[in-house]
Amino acid sequence: MPDWLRLALVIAGKDVRAELRSRTAILSAVVFAALVLVVFNFARDPTALAAVDLAPSVLWVTFALAAMLALNRAFTIEQENAALDGLLLAPVPREALFAGKLLANLAFVGTVEAVTLPLFVLFFNVDLGAALPGIIGVTALATLGFVTVGTIFSAMAVRTRFAELMLPVLLLPFMVPPLIGAVQVTARLLAGRPLSEMMGWLRLLALYDLVFVILCALVFTAVVDE
Amino acid sequence: MSHPEGLGPERLVRRGTLITAVALLGVAGVYVLAWGYTPIEARQGVAQKIFYLHVPSAWSALLSFSLVGIVSALYLWLNDPRLDRFAAASAEVGLAFSAVMLTTGPIWAKPIWGTWWTWDARLTLTLFLFFLFIGYLALRAALQDPGERARFSAVIGILGLLLVPFIHLSVYLFRTLHPQPVVLKPSRPSLPPEMLRTLLISGAVFLLLYVGLVTIRYGLALAEEAGERPDAA
Repeated sequence: MPDWLRLALVIAGKDVRAELRSRTAILSAVVFAALVLVVFNFARDPTALAAVDLAPSVLWVTFALAAMLALNRAFTIEQENAALDGLLLAPVPREALFAGKLLANLAFVGTVEAVTLPLFVLFFNVDLGAALPGIIGVTALATLGFVTVGTIFSAMAVRTRFAELMLPVLLLPFMVPPLIGAVQVTARLLAGRPLSEMMGWLRLLALYDLVFVILCALVFTAVVDE
Repeated sequence: MSHPEGLGPERLVRRGTLITAVALLGVAGVYVLAWGYTPIEARQGVAQKIFYLHVPSAWSALLSFSLVGIVSALYLWLNDPRLDRFAAASAEVGLAFSAVMLTTGPIWAKPIWGTWWTWDARLTLTLFLFFLFIGYLALRAALQDPGERARFSAVIGILGLLLVPFIHLSVYLFRTLHPQPVVLKPSRPSLPPEMLRTLLISGAVFLLLYVGLVTIRYGLALAEEAGERPDAA
């Protein structure tokens, strides 16, 4: 295992352990996602719009809002008791630190998504059927993209006076390409369309991940180091 | 765009105001040309005259935002505070130009397309640029430490520059997979020479306006920094 990956896993492990001990953040995020799904159900006129037509948008707006909530806390916990200073003093390359925080955020957002998906199937009476592996795949692809950008923005937002507001304002424009792609692919998967109709979007999502993972790892040092 | 060292904030602001005043006279001149010199567009009528304001402000807005991205990358490399001041000034001026673009656009679109807004690729892209730079300036305003402010906003500037092709591509894919609007389709008329000349003059005038406004803003940033420093007289 390369050194940076080992260090990243240590940092991610610390975040996951801290979360498992209190469990407040993850539970709140899951409940929040469930509530968003419930609100969505009543925000639609059931006689005018079938649940399945709205399903991809509902799923992705819920994921996006829940991810935003989760990302807000990623660096808030480091801000308390100046824990970030301790992390920065450790002989860890900044890329490994970024990868660690990214992995922890992915674990957190991924867990919320894994709980939300069955609830979504239940509430919206969607038949995932053969689409399930595809939906898991596109969720992973899109989530990696916006959580990467979200991780770096979260580190910046905690330094401001209104972090909870700053993060969504900064992050939502960056969420637009992955969200559009994910909604389009999800809609096609649910409709049982062939893979060739999704390839354009999947390429776009993969390219987004590639560009922003590399770029964010490179500029992360500018965010944490004076 | 580096300003000569030693030029104090007052002189920069004065110089910028002068350039801006000349540019504003130029805008008035463009409108004299637009009314007296350019022909009235056959299908769009006088509504088309807003074109001489809308298109150059869009050019200036895109120029300002691209410069913010490029200068941000240079800042992280060279750490020169002048680059940060310039990026901030350019972002603010770019936001003003996009506000002009985003207000003149719907005014034109309502009589011509029959709707104030449509999710066309270009419209969506400029709207997101607008939001992106509101975020950029909000972040600057919410940070106290000048070094941190410069580094963070440079990061946003660089990421923003890379976001642009992705938004464009995704909105484009989104549209092309759907039926294209038939009634609302923006036609692309080839311009008669009078119109083209007026447009290019207006473009130059708006570039001057950009230079003037950025110079003022840069001078003001210098003055603010002098005020923030504890040893300021």
